[in-house]
Amino acid sequence: MAAPEEPLPPVIYTMENKPIVTCAGDQNLFTSIYPTLSQQLPREPMEWRRSYGRAPKMIHLESNFVQFKEELLPKEGNKALLTFPFLHIYWTECCDTEVYKATVKDDLTKWQNVLKAHSSVDWLIVVVENDAKKKNKTNILPRTSIVDKIRNDFCNKQSDRCVVLSDPLKDSSRTQESWNAFLTKLRTLLLMSFTKNLGKFEDDMRTLREKRTEPGWSFCEYFMVQEELAFVFEMLQQFEDALVQYDELDALFSQYVVNFGAGDGANWLTFFCQPVKSWSGLILRKPIDMEKRELIQRQEATLLDLRSYLFSRQCTLLLFLQRPWEVAQRALELLHSCVQELKLLEVSVPPGALDCWVFLSCLEVLQRIEGCCDRAQIDSNIAHTVGLWSYATEKLKSLGYLCGLVSEKGPNSEDLNRTVDLLAGLGAERPETANTAQSPYKKLKEALSSVEAFEKHYLDLSHATIEMYTSIGRIRSAKFVGKDLAEFYMRKKSPQKAEIYLQGALKTYLAEGWALPITHTRKQLAECQKHLGQTENYLQTSSLLASDYHLTEEQRKYFCQEVLSFAHQQSDSPGHRVVLPMHSFAQLRDLHFDPSNAVVHVGGILSVEITLCSQMPVPVHVEQIAINVHFSIEKNTYRKTAEWLTKHKTSNGIIKFPVETSPFPASQNILPALELYEMFERSPSDNSLNTTGIICRNVHMLLRRQESSSSLEAPSGVALEDGAHMLRCSNVTLEPGANKITFRTQAKEPGTYTLRQLCASVGPVRFVLPHIYPLVQYDVYSQEPQLHVEPLADSLLAGIPQKVKFTVTTGHYTVRNGDSLQLSNAEAMLILCQAENRAVIYSNTREKSSDAALRVQSSDKVTSISLPPAPAYHVIEFELDVLSLPSVPAAGGESDLRGTPEPQRKHKDRQTAGHCMVTTDHKVSIDCPWSIYSTVIALTFSVPFRTTHSLLSTGTRKYVQLCVQNLSELDFQLSDSNLVATGDSTDLQLIPLNTESQQCICSKQPVFFVWELRWTQEPPPALHGQFSIGFSPASEERLSVSLKPYTYEFQVENYFTLYNVKAEIFPPSGMQHCRTGLLCSLEVSITRLSDLLEVDKDEALMESDQCFLTKLMYEVVDNSSNWAVCGKSCGAISMPVAARATHRVRMDVMPLFAGHLPLPDVRLFKYLPHHSAHSSQLDADSWIENDSLSVDRHGDEQSDGGSGRSRGSVHSASSAEHKGLPMPRLQALPTGQVFNSSAGMQVLVLPSQDNHVLEVSVT
Amino acid sequence: MAVCIAVIAKENYPLYIRSTPTENELKFHYMVHTSLDVVDEKISAMGKALVDQRELYLGLLYPTEDYKVYGYVTNSKVKFVMVVDSSNTALRDNEIRSMFRKLHNSYTDVMCNPFYNPGDRIQSRAFDNMVMSMMIQVC
Repeated sequence: MAAPEEPLPPVIYTMENKPIVTCAGDQNLFTSIYPTLSQQLPREPMEWRRSYGRAPKMIHLESNFVQFKEELLPKEGNKALLTFPFLHIYWTECCDTEVYKATVKDDLTKWQNVLKAHSSVDWLIVVVENDAKKKNKTNILPRTSIVDKIRNDFCNKQSDRCVVLSDPLKDSSRTQESWNAFLTKLRTLLLMSFTKNLGKFEDDMRTLREKRTEPGWSFCEYFMVQEELAFVFEMLQQFEDALVQYDELDALFSQYVVNFGAGDGANWLTFFCQPVKSWSGLILRKPIDMEKRELIQRQEATLLDLRSYLFSRQCTLLLFLQRPWEVAQRALELLHSCVQELKLLEVSVPPGALDCWVFLSCLEVLQRIEGCCDRAQIDSNIAHTVGLWSYATEKLKSLGYLCGLVSEKGPNSEDLNRTVDLLAGLGAERPETANTAQSPYKKLKEALSSVEAFEKHYLDLSHATIEMYTSIGRIRSAKFVGKDLAEFYMRKKSPQKAEIYLQGALKTYLAEGWALPITHTRKQLAECQKHLGQTENYLQTSSLLASDYHLTEEQRKYFCQEVLSFAHQQSDSPGHRVVLPMHSFAQLRDLHFDPSNAVVHVGGILSVEITLCSQMPVPVHVEQIAINVHFSIEKNTYRKTAEWLTKHKTSNGIIKFPVETSPFPASQNILPALELYEMFERSPSDNSLNTTGIICRNVHMLLRRQESSSSLEAPSGVALEDGAHMLRCSNVTLEPGANKITFRTQAKEPGTYTLRQLCASVGPVRFVLPHIYPLVQYDVYSQEPQLHVEPLADSLLAGIPQKVKFTVTTGHYTVRNGDSLQLSNAEAMLILCQAENRAVIYSNTREKSSDAALRVQSSDKVTSISLPPAPAYHVIEFELDVLSLPSVPAAGGESDLRGTPEPQRKHKDRQTAGHCMVTTDHKVSIDCPWSIYSTVIALTFSVPFRTTHSLLSTGTRKYVQLCVQNLSELDFQLSDSNLVATGDSTDLQLIPLNTESQQCICSKQPVFFVWELRWTQEPPPALHGQFSIGFSPASEERLSVSLKPYTYEFQVENYFTLYNVKAEIFPPSGMQHCRTGLLCSLEVSITRLSDLLEVDKDEALMESDQCFLTKLMYEVVDNSSNWAVCGKSCGAISMPVAARATHRVRMDVMPLFAGHLPLPDVRLFKYLPHHSAHSSQLDADSWIENDSLSVDRHGDEQSDGGSGRSRGSVHSASSAEHKGLPMPRLQALPTGQVFNSSAGMQVLVLPSQDNHVLEVSVT
Repeated sequence: MAVCIAVIAKENYPLYIRSTPTENELKFHYMVHTSLDVVDEKISAMGKALVDQRELYLGLLYPTEDYKVYGYVTNSKVKFVMVVDSSNTALRDNEIRSMFRKLHNSYTDVMCNPFYNPGDRIQSRAFDNMVMSMMIQVC
């Protein structure tokens, strides 16, 4: 489109712009009303309803009233909006029809025609009424007539286009009313006009925008059109809407650039691609930068110009909207995008020009914001502005580098030329900032003028930026800027200033574990420290760098060499040591003890093998590697005994150390894992458990205060301990990677040794691992010699050779040739000397070292075992056969008869119930060569057999049965069973009924032996028998020693049969067999078999007349419930003590079942009076009779046929009645004295013939 | 697409960081590290919002001349930082969001691996491939 055809009337584009309203008609009248009008119009807001669904707004209207001229009316196609008259008002005061007709009407018509010619429909006719005038002219028509006339003439159907304003200059309610009505009308009409005209304008503008793909379309033209709209909105105080217009333009332009970048170039854009020649930065101090606007209008603007202008407008509007922080944010975006766009459009930019532009722009924006905000606001919104500060700093830095202002020597001529070029591009300072001392322009110019000035400005900026970042908590950003600053200082050769920034940055990176930044910063720091001559720090940093895998091999080698060359050169000042932490140099991976349980006896050799992983890139020769050891005498010495040692075999003795992940942040390592251990506290006296619990071994690590200010790489933190105990290893070359280093030491003092520090020395440099963690200890113990004797098997068996193991723990005692153990022989235990006894010597760790023959010499009292020579802290083991002999029976005096006695509890024999074996303890006292005291050892032997005896009889013939029970797990061969009577009765004969002389007795099985007893004369009252039997283990071959037989002594008393009891059952008379349910008679006959004997002489024996009587009681019991005993089942009888005396008892019994029934039992008791001294048998009898036997008296008399005395006694008993007397006693007769001749007999019982009883059992 | 993708642990140490022009790795490390300032700021500002309505995407952290740095934070405060070339205008907010979502899914897969110790550096090949695919697509 062409530029406007005619020059516009001068319009001052300021914020004083108001919508134009033209005034025609009576100018004097308007002038008089104008002050009130212009004051009243904006007083009340008006709602503006918008098209396109935009939200309605309340708007305060203002207007710029200008005299109506035809030129003011826009021509067709004119896009100017600011100069557009939105409303035309015709003012008239005419109240005279004549005058109206003469002049006013013509004038109005002319005005209307002009408006019509320009198709303007926004007009209003105001008729001002004045009372004063009315009074003057009396012949006036009614006032309405003029208004009516006007309405009639001009307001065709639009009667509201003519308003009346009454007495505008008076102060009356009518005036006020009239004003209000007028103003409302005026506002409404104005808004209507806006809506209409702006709507039309927007439509036109959109049409124009849609044409943007057409070849001739120009962005600049469109820009001007849309900006016009923005101006109007701004004029109407609608800044938001105005801003939208600019943002749309911005977006449109950006999109074009992007499309251009994508190959879709618009022609008009190529103009923006012209090389950048001016970089004077943003200008934000004027609301409108006319210079730039004109450039755009003329389509001569560069990209920077356009961007600058656009932003300045946006900035102005944002500031109107009280959004200064958005300005800052948008500024940063703009600057970034401008740089990008220039790149994208491939615009040629002189080096540094953009930096200048950005720098100036940043400062301009910042100053502009500062200009409209107070300090407090700025301080609380640093987050928004700090980006600009940082950007400016960055740009100034790069300018400094570009212009040679950072180098030590200052700029060279080339640099100076460049500087001059850059300054030329800035142009002259603008007038509006000319008086400002700190204007961006002046600052830049000054900064580029000299090295010193640059430094000052750069430092100012940097410090300000760092401070701002720090104040809002952006520590990382602050450190990053600080690092730039440090770089600058390094360039300026002031490393002391750089160091603090580098350290600060490094600390941040270390704390958060950023490996690459750490490496990079460390490298810078190393250089800095080198310049500063901080030897120790430099060496430490170098060693860290040498071990840093993020560096190249060469760089690592370089730093390694730095350390090594220092170590080698400095030998002039001995004693000077540089202590560096070990972890950068090498890492301890694992540690291995030999012996693996880390327990060694005094004088023993301990070797410690460590795996040290060298972090250095080259092999390093280390003069010495030392482990500092802390010695303590531990109270709990149990750990250091051989017993502990043999029981606790640690898996392999390897202790692994956690791999130090150095690049990982401290935050991860802050809390080490809990190290929990069980704890048992035993009482010192009896080793019983007192307390138990769990303890945390690394409480000190977990609960210590977090050192907030601890510098992670402070070398001073490493303290070198000088302990008395050291493990050393000299002249080691550490290859890169894992190295095994072995330390050997001879244990000296007993105690616990804790490995504390690891120190590698390279020249004066000490690499120290201050704490070896987890805890590594070894123990040195000293032990008293000890002797242990224990059976080889679970238990020792008496009577046969048993193996016993002797264990001599030599401890600190060295067994020399000739040392022997002296065993004082126990009387009943033999130590069997075998031809070949061998002793095995083990080292303390149970490794067999040798074996030797053992010499055992026995004499009467002492057995001497000569020990093979063995060094200290060894174990001698050997086995000996022992044989527990049965002790001499106390009763018997026979010395030749030695056997294992059974019931003779001579020793502390213990026999518990069941099948436990009888045991015998033997105590052996042993004299050891290392002690003046004897060691007493108790050995417990178990008797493998248990024997019981029983007496068997048939009639008067007697037999003795012996049952030998094998209780052990072994099988034995039995031989030579023998039973002898040891009593004084010499006529007793024992006739063995055993056929086999050799017999095998299996484990847990019994074997029986029987002898018949025979005698010729009167049998002795008691038999003292001694049973003996030879035995030997069935499995073994012939033993070297003759074994003693096993003996068993017993006594049998009253074994001679005195009574024969015979029971018989007779069927009822007339029957051949017994039948169930029918009474049968039971006849019991008790027969005395011998005359008065010794055994009869007891309390029950009574002498009457010439014969002796004894009292017996019989009892018929049927335990199997086969028989029902009717009537009296028991009774006492007096028995004459004479051979062949017989007593018969009859009673009725009834069989309950059919079949062969065993006879009921008949038991016989000795009936003793309750008190032998002064008692009457009668009393006792009467008690019995009355209480339980009275019913059966008749039956008793019936059956009583044998003994009249007996009957008499019963009768006498019944006659007396005494109650409450003491009980007589019953005594069972010894089994041998009664022979039941009917035992085992059965009688046939037939079922009853009665069928009327039917037994039905239902289950 | 992206030129650098980093996964940063809750404690702000890198779990994973990868950038395409490898020679400039250091620059990206610095950039990502510095961006954590803004991430922290945004997280602490977000902390006041309701937990369930929390937006994981943090948006543009800060632009530089050449790069745009975007952030994303998981509920367990693991941060994802993506650096995108400024000239790459094809990437809009939505694409960045979906890339982050993809990254988050892949990260979740890594965490689901029973052999992965939370807090260790990520060495998963699947994750690596996914990151590479996000970096290569456009470049």
